[in-house]
Formats: sequence, structure tokens, C-alpha cells
Amino acid sequence: MPESSRRLLADPRARTGAIILILLIGLAAGAPLVSPSDPLAQGNVVATRFVAPLSYDATGAFHLLGTDRFGRDVWARLVYGGRVSLATGFLATFIAVLLGLLIGTLAGVSRGLTGRVLLAGTDFALAVPRLVLLLLLAALWPPSGVLVVVVLGLTGWMSIARLVHGEAITLMARPFVLAARSLGASTGRIALRHLVPNLWTPVTVAAALGVGNAITLEAGLSFLGLGVQPPAPSWGGMIASGRDTLVNAPWVALAPGVALVLTVVACTLLGDAIRDQIAGGR
Amino acid sequence: MLARAVFRLSASVAIVLGVVVLTFVLLRLAPGDPAVHLAGPAATPEQLDAVRTTLGLDRPLPLQLSGWLGRALRGDWGVSLSTGRPVGAMLAAAWPWTALLVTLSLGLSYLAGILIALVQARGTPRTDTLLSVLSVSLFAVPGYWLAILLVWLFTYELRWLPAFGAAGLDADFLAPLPQLLDRLRHLFLPVLTLTLIGAGGAARFVRGALFDARTEPFIAAAEARGLSESRVLVRHLLRQAIGPVVTLLGLSLPALFSGAVFVEGIFAWPGVGQVLLRGVQSRDYPVVMAAATVSAILVVIGTLLADLLRAWVDPRVRHA
Repeated sequence: MPESSRRLLADPRARTGAIILILLIGLAAGAPLVSPSDPLAQGNVVATRFVAPLSYDATGAFHLLGTDRFGRDVWARLVYGGRVSLATGFLATFIAVLLGLLIGTLAGVSRGLTGRVLLAGTDFALAVPRLVLLLLLAALWPPSGVLVVVVLGLTGWMSIARLVHGEAITLMARPFVLAARSLGASTGRIALRHLVPNLWTPVTVAAALGVGNAITLEAGLSFLGLGVQPPAPSWGGMIASGRDTLVNAPWVALAPGVALVLTVVACTLLGDAIRDQIAGGR
Repeated sequence: MLARAVFRLSASVAIVLGVVVLTFVLLRLAPGDPAVHLAGPAATPEQLDAVRTTLGLDRPLPLQLSGWLGRALRGDWGVSLSTGRPVGAMLAAAWPWTALLVTLSLGLSYLAGILIALVQARGTPRTDTLLSVLSVSLFAVPGYWLAILLVWLFTYELRWLPAFGAAGLDADFLAPLPQLLDRLRHLFLPVLTLTLIGAGGAARFVRGALFDARTEPFIAAAEARGLSESRVLVRHLLRQAIGPVVTLLGLSLPALFSGAVFVEGIFAWPGVGQVLLRGVQSRDYPVVMAAATVSAILVVIGTLLADLLRAWVDPRVRHA
């Protein structure tokens, strides 16, 4: 294990975050192994609906987190829904990081008009209420998982671009960049070979925080019925359907919410730990 | 100072204009024809054309946009396609509710956040860790989920507070004092939701600013002069940390507004967020245009106010 990761894992926040995330990803990836039942299965609805957590339904099947109003197993829906939430969050953040790196680095290396226009564009996009944009895009086009990923990516790059730009400007003044420049390296080469490799750490922090944010927003859109469509399981959709049965089955809405909080806490803890390590290492 | 103010103002106008153009373009790019939506599936082509002419949809896009802008500036925001009510009146009734909700929760969440951070700065490492866990968890909670939990607890289980609307059905017939009480009872859960979530983020940030400022030489100097711990904390540390905090106050407005949209939806709070949600879901073009514009204006005004506040608390910014 490289020295930097060992030092990172000495931080209890990083350890906690990493353990939670690995656990969540493992459960989602291994959903068919850890969940006995099909997340969409609706058997004898009257016999199996609203079974409390940790108990058996009338057909004798055990339900770890109970069942919802259609008699579907909440644990099964939780782990299968985790696939959607985690995949959406990571993919959307990947798009956001690529865009942010591209625009931030470009704005950093190009002086004059291009840089200023890119920066002004970033500031503008940062000032637009993100949710208004998300609602417009998600509500007006036919809802789909791909749309949510693209839309979250397209509305999440700005803070990464700002961060990258700030770092790129300080890097541009460093001796090794000046040396490369005086050796006749082109701007593109400087950006790709000298700036980007040095930008990974700050980008990792922003990405860790971005994943949590994207997962919350994806769940929010699904909650409003604009993201993943029922009956496919998703954490936001589960919260929305659990909202109608709060009085007799609060666990339906509780379980996906706890999963969401755990995911975001894990991402935030990891991001915090990495950021402090960078600050301490300087 | 004046040049800075002029620049900030024109930037704000540009942002609102940008949001208007963006909303307009997105609405027009989206699949589906508002005329079909309005005239119904049984409409003849002639009827569809008539609807398009009435709505001005047959004119070139730039003309439609400039026409909308001109009318909006004169206070004519059009008529809602789904309710037939003037959009201007709908939003005039809605924005004070959103402004009330957002300013109240913003103020309360920063108050709570600063208090938590102060306790962290004074307390033992154990208290610090505990409160850090608390603020990270609050920060991570999705607003709509917290809102649902609070409704479950306070409305269904304890039966203390109403879960919907801004006033009871009988509110107009109550005496002034019970009426005020009714308003406060309806205000409580939406404000609590937004405050709890905001407090997590605020506490995290203020704690960071306080711990950063701790290493400054003037703190050591103040301690060396024998000032009491709480005096150093409040008069020296907090004052140093408050600048970045006020900047964040402005920056957290868009996020808070986003949270308010969900919270308004869940509590049926009669604000801009709910108008926007309903407009988007029923493809009510004039309503969406107006609600998006008003959201942008509210956020921009809030950011400007935060900037002014920053200059007021920090003389270095004023003279920069």
C-alpha cells in the first residue's frame, strides 16, 4: 500500500468512511447474494403486506426490514435500489469531474479572453439555482436513469472547475511549469503532462463530496417521480411510497433514508480526511 | 466601492437574464407541444393553429423571448395555462411565504451552527468529535426525508402540530392572538426541517473557520494578556471567523432555496417552490418561466445582501 493511503487510513474519519462505502457498494453489487427475494415480487399481497421488520409473513418467509404495501421485501428493494443510487451518483460525478477538469484547466492555462469567458461562464452556472435546472430538465424530457446521470453531471461541474482553476493558476507559477515552458513545451502539453497529474488530489476531495450530493439529488428526483420509474426500486422512490404508509408502516420510508444518510456521511468523512491530509502535507 | 457595487449589480441582472433565457430555451427544446397539451388530443389542426396563434407560439423564438421580457418588465407575466389565473398574482402571493421560510431558517441555522461550533472550540476533544458526528449527519440528511420523519413524529405520533399549509382552515375566523398562534404552529415544522439541515453545514464551516483562526498570533497575544477563555473565543476568534461565515451565508442561499422547494412540496407551503413544482409537472409554461425567474431574483438578492453584510462586519472588505 502506498505511503499516502496508509497515512490516510490512519485518520479515523477516512477509515469509517471507507468501511461504510465498501460495505454499501458490496451489498449493492452482491444484491442477488444478500437478498433472498426478488425486489419486484408481489406474491399474495394481502398475506404479505406491511410485515414488520424482523418477522415472518403469513407464508412463512422472513423479512429483515419488513415489507411494503405490495408485500415486497424492503431489504431486497433497499439493496437493489442501492445499485441505482450508487451507480447514478458515481457516473454523474465522473461526468462532472471530467467537465470540471477540462474547463478549469483550460481557464487556468489560457490567459486573456478565453480564460475570462470560461471563468465568467462558470460563475454564472454556479449562481443558477441547480434544482430549478434539474426540475426543468427532468420534468420536461421523458424520465430515465440516463437522463438523470447526464443532467446531474451537467449541473455539478462548476465547483470542481473553480477549484481546478485556482490550483492551476498557482501551479502555472511553479518553477517546473516555467522550466517546461522555457524548454518549448506547448500549452496543451503543459496542461496534460504537468498540471492535470498535480490536480488529482483536490479533485478527489471535490468528487467525494460530489458523489454524496449527486446521490441525494437523484433520490430527490426519484422522490418527485422524475427519476427512476416505479416499480424499479430506488431509494428516493421508496421514500416517496413510504410516505403514504407512514402511519402503519414507517419502516418503508425509514430504511432508504438511513441508507442515504450513511452514504453521504461516508463520502463527506472521506472527503474531509483527504482534504486535511493535503493541507497537512503542504 | 461604487464601481464594485455597479459591477455586482450588473452581474446580478446578467444572471437573472441568463436564467430567463436558459429556462425559455429549455422549455422550447423539450419534446411535446404545449398547444396539444392545452387543446386536448381531439383538437383539429385548425384548432391547434388557433391555440398556437393565441399563445404566440407561431412566432420566431427570439421574438417570443423579447416579447415575454418586455411584458414581464411591465408586470404582465401572462396567464397560467392550467388554472387560468394571472401568473403575476400567483407569484406575488407566493414569494413572501418563501422569503419568510428561507430567511427564518437561514438565520436560525447559522445561529445554531455558530453555537455548536463555539461549544466544539471550548469543549474537550470528545465533545468536539461527538458534535462533529452530529453535524456531519445533519448535513447528510435529505430535506424531504427529514420533513417526512418530522411529520410522522409531530403529526401522526404526538399529534402536536399540523403537517400541511401555512394556516388552518378556520384561520380567518380566529381572534388575532389565536390566529398568530395558528400561523406559528404551521410555520414550525417547515422551518425546523430547513434549520436542522442548514445547521449541520453551518456548524461544520464555522468550526473550520474557528480552528483555522486559532493559530493566528493575535489569539496567543490575547491569551498572554490574561483575557478569559470565553472573551478570547467570542471577541477575538469568532470575530475573525465571521467574515468567511457571512460569505458562505450568501453562497448557501441557492442550496437552501433548493431545499425549500422540496420542503414546500411536502408541507403544501404556498411558496414559489410549490408554484414551480406544480408548473413543471403540468407543463404550465408561463408559470415555469415566472417561477424560475422569481427564484433567480430571490437568490441573487440574497447573495447581494450577504455581500453588503460582509462589508459591514469586515472593514477590510469595505476598503478593498
